[in-house]
Amino acid sequence: MMKSFRMTLSDIGAIVRRNIMRFRRTPEIIVFSSIQPIMFLLLFNYVFGGAISAATPGAKYINFLLPGIMAQTALFSTLQTPIALIEDLDKGAIDRFRSLPMSRAAVLAGRTFADSMRMTFIVLIMLVFGTILGFRYQAGGGKLMAALGIVLLFGYAFSWLTATLGMFIRNSEAVQTAGFLFVFPLTFASSAFVPVDTMPNWLQVFSRNQPVTQLINSVRSLMLGGPTDQVWIIITWSLVIMAVFIPLAIWKFGKTV
Amino acid sequence: MDKKQTVIQVKNVKKYYGDVKALDGIDLRVDKGTIYGLLGPNGAGKTTLVRVLATLIEPDSGEVTVNGVDVKHHPTKIRRMIGLAGQFAAVDDFLTGRETLMMVARLYHVPKKEAKKRTDELLRRLSLSDAADRPAKTYSGGMRRRLDLGASLVGKPEVLFLDEPTTGLDPRTRQELWHLIRELVDEGRTLLLTTQYLEEADALCDYISIIDRGKVVKQGTTNELKSSLGRDVVEVKVEDKNQDETLKIMSSVAKCDTIVDDITKSISVRAAKGADMLVKIVTQLEKAGIKPKDLSVHRPSLDDVFLAVTGNKSTSSSKLNKRGEK
Repeated sequence: MMKSFRMTLSDIGAIVRRNIMRFRRTPEIIVFSSIQPIMFLLLFNYVFGGAISAATPGAKYINFLLPGIMAQTALFSTLQTPIALIEDLDKGAIDRFRSLPMSRAAVLAGRTFADSMRMTFIVLIMLVFGTILGFRYQAGGGKLMAALGIVLLFGYAFSWLTATLGMFIRNSEAVQTAGFLFVFPLTFASSAFVPVDTMPNWLQVFSRNQPVTQLINSVRSLMLGGPTDQVWIIITWSLVIMAVFIPLAIWKFGKTV
Repeated sequence: MDKKQTVIQVKNVKKYYGDVKALDGIDLRVDKGTIYGLLGPNGAGKTTLVRVLATLIEPDSGEVTVNGVDVKHHPTKIRRMIGLAGQFAAVDDFLTGRETLMMVARLYHVPKKEAKKRTDELLRRLSLSDAADRPAKTYSGGMRRRLDLGASLVGKPEVLFLDEPTTGLDPRTRQELWHLIRELVDEGRTLLLTTQYLEEADALCDYISIIDRGKVVKQGTTNELKSSLGRDVVEVKVEDKNQDETLKIMSSVAKCDTIVDDITKSISVRAAKGADMLVKIVTQLEKAGIKPKDLSVHRPSLDDVFLAVTGNKSTSSSKLNKRGEK
């Protein structure tokens, strides 16, 4: 039992290393997946910033925006996970892995781990850019780490959802579009870019109770000060998503050819 | 070595995808230390069978064993015994040759020191030492195939499955790969390969199954297959406008079915004495005022076996046109 657990870890390590090499040897992947959220940050800050600041005098929009952009960045980056998986399926890399006496779950775990490292890198870049644009932290380093931690935890859990989507859809163009159907409503009908109470009532009901709003509110509280009781809700959401989608992704992976 | 020891046994294996019968009751047996060829056109079911053997998919019914171990019930045991090299050369572009082999070794759970040793050995053997630390995207087609083959050898498997190992390679590179494949078998491995190339099956395989539409249409040693036809092949080519009439004349003279090559449009019949038959046909054609463009008599090749068993009506046979003009 111990031995097979160690072997699985070793398999995951080998796959993570392979996927990291892919990022290192194809720097375009990292460059463009960093530029996209930077673009969002600049666009939202300068396009919406004026209108929002006018509505709430005295508040700097970047302080409101950065936590939202961090969550959006994490969620959007999970759309790459199924695309890379499908590419590996199509190119035959996964056929090779499956013909080896290795753990099959390691292929998926290695993929999501490597992708979460990239996610971490990009979210950190967002922090740097947010600071340059004038974001001012009002909490200590521990709380900043906690804020990063829940963004990445939720993002990691979400990547199992998109990986599962990839296994079911099995076509990289279609899965990208399908992924947007999840990611767009969750990020835009949230507190990421505008305060929820500016939305129509029916939308507020959805918006207040969906995990991305709760995630962003928690990140804001951790970085700017405020109640942090929703942090536990986010941790619970993440664990529930993983409890559902990790087994589902692995099961479907076994059946996908 | 006991030549008769069975390594791979396939019994009445079926795999349907909806209405498509990818495998429709395949039986075969591969003896230790031999090369077994699955020959057939695209879509015949060759790759599906390899995927079943390599534990990538489960058959709907039937029994498959490797060294007596059932593929369905003990896939992990099978995976320790086999190596797979696929037709798409599943080599990661972004990894170097050395990294690829080291990664696969690690996934076979080979200790690091041993993995390094095997990697160096394989790189040398596959003439990839100079390119070992370059990403595979800089490799030529032949180098990628060799690396792919290398990856399938890292775990020192007794049984190798090669799915169209030389498709798309130039003739010289193909020869090199054939040489390598023969060496691997001389070392005691058992090898099953699929190919669309009759000459490849002829050059490498001890035993051949011709597969078409998920079924084995003919099975035997290369020589058995050739001598099962036994008779000479008389081939005639005429202008397109005379094609129909020539067909009629040839089938009435030879009193047997004619075979038309989809590409070259040449018409052939079989005869015990090819030269006599040719004279008879030419005489009749002259009477009808038809002047042949080309005439030939030859001993049957594997091409002829293939065309004879799969039938010229199948669209598949057009993929396997004759080896050039006579």
